[in-house]
Amino acid sequence: MAITSIKTGSSFTNLIKYNDFLAGNTAFQPTAYESIATVTVGSGGSSTITFSSIPSTYQHLQIRGIAKSSRTGSARNDLIIKLNGSSTTYAHHQLYGDGASAAALGTASTTQGLLGINCVPSSGYTSQFGVVVVDILDYLSTNKNKTIRSLSGTDNNGAGFVSLSSALWYATPVAVTSIDLTVDGAYNFEQYTKFGLFGIKGA
Amino acid sequence: MAAGATYFPIATTTLGSAVASYQFTSITGSYTDLVLVINGSASVLDRSIRVQYNSDTGTNYSYTNINGYSGGAISQRASNTNHTRLSAALPTTAPGTIIAYFQNYSNTTTYKTHISRGGGLGDQSMTDAFVGLWRSTSAITSILIFPNTGNFNSGMTLTLYGIEYA
Repeated sequence: MAITSIKTGSSFTNLIKYNDFLAGNTAFQPTAYESIATVTVGSGGSSTITFSSIPSTYQHLQIRGIAKSSRTGSARNDLIIKLNGSSTTYAHHQLYGDGASAAALGTASTTQGLLGINCVPSSGYTSQFGVVVVDILDYLSTNKNKTIRSLSGTDNNGAGFVSLSSALWYATPVAVTSIDLTVDGAYNFEQYTKFGLFGIKGA
Repeated sequence: MAAGATYFPIATTTLGSAVASYQFTSITGSYTDLVLVINGSASVLDRSIRVQYNSDTGTNYSYTNINGYSGGAISQRASNTNHTRLSAALPTTAPGTIIAYFQNYSNTTTYKTHISRGGGLGDQSMTDAFVGLWRSTSAITSILIFPNTGNFNSGMTLTLYGIEYA
């Protein structure tokens, strides 16, 4: 039974009647950007970082992270991506700077996508990690090939690389259900390497 | 896979007057990454928009950049500097835009690396990207942003966002 009145002399005073449960509060607006999964590499290192069983409830994906390789000495390696375990039908192009000159690089018909050239520092750079932000738009589309855009780099106080990359997976279009990240040259990711997968909802 | 809403605004400001610098302070350690979005102009045609963390003015910073402008594309670097840089693309005649990512800013294990992109037209027509290093394992709790010379103009907006990993 609804409460429709309160009698005079009751202990309830100065009450305000609301017509909904918000009671004057602002309605909660959920964000469109959600964290899906995170991988943090432990003390044993890891050859591959995998995001699998990617839900189909988003419009776009974003990967963010920091990375370091097991390569010894003072060098840097490329960060590699593969979608759905595929090792065919990739192409990629980069615009990058090494602190001395700007250059461009392109590769067609290759086995993997390149997220960042020389953006993963080796173990010789103590405490220094490379960073990357990756966008995969319309990852569920079965009409469009997948373009992977990334901004990446590492600075090592006297050496470093920064690059803008675009990779294409031009297999017959399917939804992206898994993502593998590796370091070229078959090195491992070192401890504290961390990547997060995020989903961005459409309207 | 767990999912959680993230990408929350931490602080935002629109400058009511020209200032020589702006600082975000008492930055919560609740997030994994920070994103800084700047839209505005400078009073002097500058070549660098600079940051310092946690009031550290020592020569504990460095950066590498790539820059495209009408004269071509170039890359530069500097080491053992007392600041790192976000962009060189703030005009005086029209707003430029900078988006900077501070990855894993709250951890106390690794040095702190940021990556940023900037772009502007007018008297500072260029697009650029910077990667910068702060050789400290401290969590970032404050970010001071300042141009090399002159001021940030009134009307500039600066917004800091936090992103939490699952």
